[in-house]
Amino acid sequence: MIINHPLLGPRDAAEFTYLGDANLINRPEYDPQNRPDDLIQQFHDYLYIRENPAGEHRELWFHEQGDRSWLVVTRNTLTHEITKVELARDVARQQGRDGGTKS
Amino acid sequence: MRYSGFKVIKEALSGHKGWKPVWREPEPKKHYDIIIVGGGGHGLATAYYLAKEFGEKNIAVLEKGWIGSGNIGRNTTIIRSNYMLPGNEPFYEQSLKLWENLEQDFNYNAMVSQRSILNLFHNDPQRDAFVRRGNAMMLAGADAVLLDEQGIRDLCPYLDYDNARFPIKGGLMQPRGGTVRHDAVAWGYARGADQRGVDIIQNCEVTGFDINDGICSGVETSKGKISANKVAVCVAGSSGRVMSMAGMRLPIESHVLQAFVTEGLKPVLPGVITFGAGHFYCSQSDKGGLVFGGDIDGYNTYAQRGNLPVVEDVCEGGMAIMPMIGRSRLLRSWGGIMDMSMDGSPFIDKTHIDGLYFNGGWCYGGFKATPASGWCYAHLLAKDEPHPNASAYRLDRFLKGGMIDEKGMGAQPNLH
Repeated sequence: MIINHPLLGPRDAAEFTYLGDANLINRPEYDPQNRPDDLIQQFHDYLYIRENPAGEHRELWFHEQGDRSWLVVTRNTLTHEITKVELARDVARQQGRDGGTKS
Repeated sequence: MRYSGFKVIKEALSGHKGWKPVWREPEPKKHYDIIIVGGGGHGLATAYYLAKEFGEKNIAVLEKGWIGSGNIGRNTTIIRSNYMLPGNEPFYEQSLKLWENLEQDFNYNAMVSQRSILNLFHNDPQRDAFVRRGNAMMLAGADAVLLDEQGIRDLCPYLDYDNARFPIKGGLMQPRGGTVRHDAVAWGYARGADQRGVDIIQNCEVTGFDINDGICSGVETSKGKISANKVAVCVAGSSGRVMSMAGMRLPIESHVLQAFVTEGLKPVLPGVITFGAGHFYCSQSDKGGLVFGGDIDGYNTYAQRGNLPVVEDVCEGGMAIMPMIGRSRLLRSWGGIMDMSMDGSPFIDKTHIDGLYFNGGWCYGGFKATPASGWCYAHLLAKDEPHPNASAYRLDRFLKGGMIDEKGMGAQPNLH
């Protein structure tokens, strides 16, 4: 598989390590002052439960043997075709996450 | 029709005209007591034990393609019970004991060959870990033998003992481990189940579940609607896809594992040998081909094929312990879809939907588990309570803190 890195161009997937579903960006917020009742369930689902679709899948790849950036790759799990590659940083910011600088 | 040596001779002398198809090809009935979704090794074993050991009568196995077309037909055929954790080891030892009597039990030649499995170690801490594992195995009634370097040299003189990075210092052997003719396992269970009245319905894809008010009362299939008191899903790599039709998300990712066979060689490997410093396992089939495999590719996929970097990695592992295999040519390779769970251990459990049961998450170790998986799933279906040996394989174990993480990798399925 060739991953078309947004900054570096086409790179072999062997340069990357794989983490999993891009939803792992969305770690539940934990605010000790305002602890929701289902906090444990939220963290359980975040950590252990996966969508695992057959078809289009957004997933996190780490360019370990390259510029060490995290990417969100949109790839088809039935054909291995990659249709979109984004910097995970951009995806997280679009989703309103600020890189943990809050609090 | 029972198979026997006498029967083989009789047929040989009469032109082989007496052999008959070994299972029927029935049309589905409107209703079954128990429907098993998935006609692979585990599904067929479940049907067989339900009919034989638990007295269930009205059972169907629904298979999307042909029986045995999934992972039971595409694995490296290894059986063993060299696990360590209490949630796992009694289960796998039960499985190995069932393998030992399997052919007599279902009257079918599955070529169960207890030729041993040998896990090599390359340094002192690894030796200590294997001593501990061997003790845990023996506590569960399994067998384990610790061999030193000389013991391994006597057995396999051709390994690379003086490798500068990973010298072979010894190994943990399970003499009762070995290999099995994998397709014959599916066929033997199918034949045994069919003889006991189980309807095995091939080319029948489940397209939906009939779920109302939290109760599952049947399935929609490509051959129409079939109702059932209990629906038992057992679809290995397709677990995510099938259970999503019931609205369930699982602690599972689907990954591809590749395996390889070389051209036929003269007998050279006595049993199964595994590399302790990388991921490589190898045995020799009765036809002479070296059957080997290694790591999964490491990314989510439902495609039954992998990529070249892992082929290279597996072959490097092989070259590191047995440089001689570099001279043999690869005959074929293939990929199968593994339902990789979050702790590397499986599930045999009820779901939160009444009447819907789930068996999956076998990662890439499901073949050896086939008999016990079938037995324990049948126990759960017949009695509505888990078999004692499978009582840790619960779907809610991550929430309850009951992880069974043999490898200690945490919730990272591509590392188990």
